[in-house]
Amino acid sequence: MPRRGPRSLLHSESRSADLLDGTLRGDRLSAARLITKIENNEAPLDTLRAIHKHSGRAHVIGITGAPGAGKSTLVDKLADHYRKLGKKVGVVCVDPSSPFTGGAILGDRIRMQTRSTDKDVFVRSMGTRGSLGGLARATNDTVKVLDAMGKDVVIVETVGVGQGEVDIVRTADTIVVVLVPGMGDDVQTIKAGIMEIGDVFCVNKADRDGANRTVMEVTQLLEMVMRPDDAWTPLIVQTIAAEDKGVDELITSVTKHFAHLQSSGELAVRRRKRSEAELLEILKSRLVHYVMSEDKMRGRFDTYVDEIARRERDPHEAAARILDEWR
Amino acid sequence: MAKPGLDGHDRGVKVVARALRDHGMEVIYTGLRQTPEQIAEAAIQEDVDVVGLSILSGAHMTLMPRVVELLRAEGADDIVVVGGGIIPDDDAKELQKAGLYATFGPGTSTEQIIEIIERAVVERRRVEASHDAKKGAAKPASQRK
Repeated sequence: MPRRGPRSLLHSESRSADLLDGTLRGDRLSAARLITKIENNEAPLDTLRAIHKHSGRAHVIGITGAPGAGKSTLVDKLADHYRKLGKKVGVVCVDPSSPFTGGAILGDRIRMQTRSTDKDVFVRSMGTRGSLGGLARATNDTVKVLDAMGKDVVIVETVGVGQGEVDIVRTADTIVVVLVPGMGDDVQTIKAGIMEIGDVFCVNKADRDGANRTVMEVTQLLEMVMRPDDAWTPLIVQTIAAEDKGVDELITSVTKHFAHLQSSGELAVRRRKRSEAELLEILKSRLVHYVMSEDKMRGRFDTYVDEIARRERDPHEAAARILDEWR
Repeated sequence: MAKPGLDGHDRGVKVVARALRDHGMEVIYTGLRQTPEQIAEAAIQEDVDVVGLSILSGAHMTLMPRVVELLRAEGADDIVVVGGGIIPDDDAKELQKAGLYATFGPGTSTEQIIEIIERAVVERRRVEASHDAKKGAAKPASQRK
């Protein structure tokens, strides 16, 4: 790992071009600072372009599931096992930001201690900062930074999700849905949301009562879904992450899924869909940003909000007017 | 926020973390019984503005300067390090000489901690911005048309 003398960073590395070079060399400090710029919307376009170009090599694995299902512990063990296989690992953990103050307590690192001083494991925590789909706005680009810095596997842990937070499909190649026994009917209630996106289902805390029943319920649920003959059939794995049990089987299943994506051509299809969603998302946020960055439009916006609240105008008309005036 | 060393008293660090969160900060809590190496590594990967160390075991003179040293060795010496715990005045002076920005003893209010942290971050950002400006860094994407 290249070491710089004291204060060198202030004198040169804070420049985006240096951060980019450092990142592509695998330098942790450069990558970390570049991610901050991305989170704060301060990364120059040419840096983002280079990062995009240098990404797409890593296997991106999404870990999602209810709060307390054991996602962080599982990610810790996955990182450890991947390291034993000689893979370099990047991790992005998303935790909720307070909708009131914007603050957040990011506590996923507490459970991620096994490889905490391994220079080939890079863990980044982030607050959702207002995003509602289980990830943060900057998550996608952060994954690309870790990919571009040379990580073979990038694991993305979503916030603890309930039903509809499925943004992870726009970021990951392989999605692992983590379930725990004893949630009984919850498996049913979530079936319309995250139960549809799993490529691998991981029943964690499998030493608890009801593990077999949960496995059976998931199996039945998956059997009800009609798929073409050559399509991927989601796998179910049992783990006890806290005791480091079943993790190798989980890696085997996840690797099998990635191989299927590659051999079937599905990987290109998925990644194209993701690119589409990504572009749409950026376009939306830029459009809003451009419209609102004009003082005149900002004033109009506030006036319309007042009128809508007083029931003098409806929001659809107000939006149409804002766009008309902006053009 | 981190607890280096072996004491298990994490009530204080959690109170402070909560106060910082309620003040709109993103707080990464790394948990109990951390080595200075683990803390420095986390601070670098997370690119934090400030590292807050809580030690109630009396080992502050060993562990706190060690975190500062490790950050310096990695070229991350612009990360501000502050410490809290039962720290005698003489030790506090020594710690500031060793590179800690501030130390907080018993009775410090969370408002005082927030104020000092905010001041440190403003200073840090100002230094960073002036270097960026000198080097002619590109404009942020968000400001481009």
